[in-house]
Amino acid sequence: MDNRITLHYIIPGDDFSVAGEASSSVKKTLTHLGILPGIIKKAAIAMYEAEINVVIHAGGGEADISIDAEKVTIQLKDQGPGIPDLEMAMREGYSTASDSVREMGFGAGMGLPNMKRYADSLDIDTTVGKGTTVTIIVYIK
Amino acid sequence: MKVKEFAQSMGMKVLTGEDGGDKDITGIYACDLLSWVMSHACKGDGWITVHTHLNVAAVALLTEAACVIVPEGIAVEEATVKKAAEEGISILSSGLSSYEICYRAHRLIGENEA
Repeated sequence: MDNRITLHYIIPGDDFSVAGEASSSVKKTLTHLGILPGIIKKAAIAMYEAEINVVIHAGGGEADISIDAEKVTIQLKDQGPGIPDLEMAMREGYSTASDSVREMGFGAGMGLPNMKRYADSLDIDTTVGKGTTVTIIVYIK
Repeated sequence: MKVKEFAQSMGMKVLTGEDGGDKDITGIYACDLLSWVMSHACKGDGWITVHTHLNVAAVALLTEAACVIVPEGIAVEEATVKKAAEEGISILSSGLSSYEICYRAHRLIGENEA
């Protein structure tokens, strides 16, 4: 029997009124499934950061989540500008966010470092001018 | 201590109504960098922030904060109050500064928890 649960979200770009809703929804699903709080926290933080990046930097995108008995796989795909220097982007404190975004408390240069810190596996496939696909895996077992 | 008792003892106004006030507040976390809050705030914290935009509700929900505390009488956007209320998150408003809130909250809950 296939016990896999899949979820799909459209993430609108530059719309902070709904930013974080996909992550909140995934968190609720994981909570309903009875996943341990520590695991949920890891998945929720990593996904929130990825979601916010899609809103701020990429003009929106899509999220696909797959949950099975072993792991939560979170994939965020956008057709944004891509990340020119991934090594720099992974450094804590490095940010290309605008001043207006920073004034809202985003753009602290912690998004990618937080994803790396909380994901058990993080894969970033990015091409300048084409977009970025971030795949986050958090193991349940 | 319940959030509504905390609000009452601290002289704070609960902007979101009674719902959500039954959560336990066990600590305080003060920070305005949302990514920092996401990774450092603990479940049950009263989160002090000067931000009043909608995303505050999402961050509070994801961190399982007991409530959001907006200091210095800063006006909170109606949409944020509505969203937080929907999610069962209390937003408390205080005329005090973050420092004063931390100090008084510590005397109220910190010493009991320690």
